[in-house]
Amino acid sequence: MSKQARPSEDAGTVVALERAREMSERAAADAASRLAERAAAEGLADVSYTAADSPFGSLLVAATRRGLVRLAFPEEEIDSVLERLARRVSPRIVQAPAPLDPVRRELEEYFAGRRRGFELPLDWSLIGPFGRKVLRVTSAIPYGGVLSYAEVAAEAGSPRGSRAAGNALGSNPIPIVIPCHRVLRSGGALGGYGGGVERKRWLLELEGARQADR
Amino acid sequence: MSEPLPPFQRFLDEHRDAVWRFLVCSVGRLEADDCFQETFIAALRAYPRLRPDSNLRAWVLTIAHRKALDAHRGRTRRALPMADVAAVDARSESLAPARDEELWDAVGELPARQRSAVVLRYVADLPHSDIAAAIGCSEEAARRSLHEGLSKLRKVVPA
Repeated sequence: MSKQARPSEDAGTVVALERAREMSERAAADAASRLAERAAAEGLADVSYTAADSPFGSLLVAATRRGLVRLAFPEEEIDSVLERLARRVSPRIVQAPAPLDPVRRELEEYFAGRRRGFELPLDWSLIGPFGRKVLRVTSAIPYGGVLSYAEVAAEAGSPRGSRAAGNALGSNPIPIVIPCHRVLRSGGALGGYGGGVERKRWLLELEGARQADR
Repeated sequence: MSEPLPPFQRFLDEHRDAVWRFLVCSVGRLEADDCFQETFIAALRAYPRLRPDSNLRAWVLTIAHRKALDAHRGRTRRALPMADVAAVDARSESLAPARDEELWDAVGELPARQRSAVVLRYVADLPHSDIAAAIGCSEEAARRSLHEGLSKLRKVVPA
């Protein structure tokens, strides 16, 4: 062959190669999502996650074989949510919507005001021993009801532990479903909320909970 | 302390293109999907036992390489004559997807060094110096292999 480059003809080949690369990227993305779905369906993955629509924007929901393990608000960094799950639960994490279908359905019904309680199995792996006590008490607060931090701490067996209870509530890995928004300050003030106080108020109004103070 | 293993989904997203292209070039488009699924299923099974400081790309390509060898053993390799490729490509625009696949087949038929040079340049986006390092030749030789590979591919690309 000639040693002289023939730029115009090479240009056509280069364009074709670039187009072939785009096609290949699409095919690889398809193959990867089929792989993730299959891994979840066959139980080869330990954690599945997907996005769930909500009035707050797109939530990230993640589940293990045991149940829902994490619900993250839109502003939480997906990478760091997944990295923590990889460290604390298992690195076998895939993006697959099907295992989360019941979660998305119940959340949708809840946000539409058609559901007053969740029937989802939960996985408590991300919650420490004290957090479990506090969040179990919290889980028992009915729709439309509220408790104070001090009441929750007392029921969890640490009558002087309001602050610790507040911390446990603040790091609730499954907000909304474990209703930490139903825990207020003793005077009735809203107190804090991991997802922002505006959302706490919104959720309490959705549930028709009495609001003494802002 | 070393970085922990990334979530599997991120590992999949980062390496899926490399594995897919490697398999298309190795076993062809038709068998690439089965090999891709088997490669990442095997990777997923072994994943938690992996040392966090492993070279993940090299590891998954090693698995893909083995799956490709298994696929080769399962059949007699069918060579694709250049003349047929040219005939397919002379047809209409509506055959574009088939033509792209034929182009990958043609890349797979190139002599090893030319194929590596073309794939490293146009698939992996490596500069000539890195291609030379990857193939183990001088930069000038890498340029020449790339140029020769492109000249052969030109025959399967319509003018």
